[in-house]
Amino acid sequence: MIPERKETNQNLSDHLFLPLENSSYHAETIAKPSISYWKDAWMRLSRNKLSMAGLVMLILLVLMAIFGPLLTPYSYDHQVLTEGNLPPSSEHWFGTDNLGRDMFTRTWNGARISLFVGFMAAIIDFIIGVAYGGFSGYKGGRTDNFMMRIIEILYGLPYLLMVILLMVVMGPGLFTIIIALTVTGWVGMARIVRGQVLQLKNAEHVLASRTFGASAGRVIRKNLLPNTMGPIIVQMTLTVPTAIFAEAFLSFLGLGVQAPVASWGVMANDGLSVILSGHWWRLFFPAFFISLTMFAFNVLGDGLQDALDPKLRK
Amino acid sequence: MAKYVMNRLFAMVITLWIIVTITFFLMHAVPGSPFNQERNTSEAVQQNLEAHYHLNEPVFIQYAIYIKSLATLDFGPSIKQSSTSVNEMIGRGFPVSAELGITSLIIAIISGIVLGIMAALRHNGAIDYMAMTFAVIGISVPNFIMATLLIQQLAVTWEIFPVATWASPMHMILPSIALATGPMAIIARLTRSSMIEVLNQDYIMTARAKGMTTFQIVTKHALRNALLPVITILGTLVAGVLTGSFVIEKIFAIPGMGKYFINGINDRDYPVIMGTTVFYSAFLIMMLFIVDIAYGILDPRIKLHKRGE
Repeated sequence: MIPERKETNQNLSDHLFLPLENSSYHAETIAKPSISYWKDAWMRLSRNKLSMAGLVMLILLVLMAIFGPLLTPYSYDHQVLTEGNLPPSSEHWFGTDNLGRDMFTRTWNGARISLFVGFMAAIIDFIIGVAYGGFSGYKGGRTDNFMMRIIEILYGLPYLLMVILLMVVMGPGLFTIIIALTVTGWVGMARIVRGQVLQLKNAEHVLASRTFGASAGRVIRKNLLPNTMGPIIVQMTLTVPTAIFAEAFLSFLGLGVQAPVASWGVMANDGLSVILSGHWWRLFFPAFFISLTMFAFNVLGDGLQDALDPKLRK
Repeated sequence: MAKYVMNRLFAMVITLWIIVTITFFLMHAVPGSPFNQERNTSEAVQQNLEAHYHLNEPVFIQYAIYIKSLATLDFGPSIKQSSTSVNEMIGRGFPVSAELGITSLIIAIISGIVLGIMAALRHNGAIDYMAMTFAVIGISVPNFIMATLLIQQLAVTWEIFPVATWASPMHMILPSIALATGPMAIIARLTRSSMIEVLNQDYIMTARAKGMTTFQIVTKHALRNALLPVITILGTLVAGVLTGSFVIEKIFAIPGMGKYFINGINDRDYPVIMGTTVFYSAFLIMMLFIVDIAYGILDPRIKLHKRGE
């Protein structure tokens, strides 16, 4: 934008000085190309260096989760008992664990599990939360009242305690973790969506576009959805690290995924028990990548919150 | 106000009843009896055991019995450690956990607020960036990793603090810090953002124009308003400290309630899991209630009976 203005300043073209045709049509012409909500949000996000660093880190982490295990000749459950607890070397980049399994392969395999749990939890929360909250808010009245009562009660339940209970009942495993995390997890999303829809339903800009004869589809696309998507995306970026953290927490209590598959939480928990014997790499790598992922999601979430909230526009 | 409190108390009882019911039926949905993994017991012993714990009754009768005993604050016996009741476990563990929890909360609140204020006063300055980097790291590092790092560095390598257990004030420092880092980071970030907002208000400018020092402005005018959002999340923080304490108590071998809870989970000792869950939930719901009431009193702008609409 700025260089363009400079150019016109230097050689003002003649057409700028031609009188406009005197009609109401031209009076309403918008001269600049319109910047969409998402373009605007992206512009503000890309100015936030920390958030961009978070985004880059996440992309790298996801790429490594996909391709990392392919970079070594080992498989995550291949045991070489004679090569147990080797420190990091050119052969085993992150060392080996007590059963001689390559830590580099296991770390990125663990990344798959941990990220899968995080993303699945966020996606399922999103689907249930948007459907429930959207319906409740859009319907309003008695339906809304009733549905919100249920939410209020569910919201009062201590999240991690309920997750632990569900895990005790369902038994440890990857899918039971995702179910346990989402059974109570969607409530937060539903509250946010419902609040947004309720607020927007009667907002002046929605009323205005209805008055101008906008179809229901256009109202939803142009008015309701973009204004709701911001908080939804922020909530999702915060759900992923919460889920990853909860998974690590469950692994710590012995309720995580079962061997030989290992998530970062399980690996960190294994590493904790041998930290005093000096095998630092067994804790360091999973712990480092859990922290890095949480860090990346947190800074990205912060940046998105600023970028997507039109009220914070400077 | 009184009507609001009554409504809230009623809702609390309902929530608690739902938690008890969910917990009860979840625990009974687990296949097998708690005695299945025990050493071979004869049929007669098995039946006697089940009769003793009412396990031979229909589920709904068991439920009625459980509700009845809960109403008299009796959480029932532990199945795996038959000599102790769940009440005794709570009685023994809760004071220790409370001590750990309160110490961590105090550390978290004080250091979080101080950090937040410092960051806000030097908004976009070096201190701000440092404090916020510190805070983001505090949020990102899971507490069990924090605990291990502290033990490794301060207890094993430098031998400043004892490695584990719960005997003297020196023993309390490491676990409390490990438990406090997460909440501290959250408080610091929240204090900072609300403080920045408050510092831009007109009345702060007025105070400055009157010639008050920064210290006076912060303590007399800004802090009160800036801390309101912090109070709203105190309930959630208590919940976080509580669940965090399971992990910390396990790592540091602290004989608190978390230890009994985790042992209960590992032993599949259902009365213990149910009892501690119900106790924890009741405690948390109470804390949320107190925080809500406190918020209403501290901020006269909030009309309590209008909330939740």
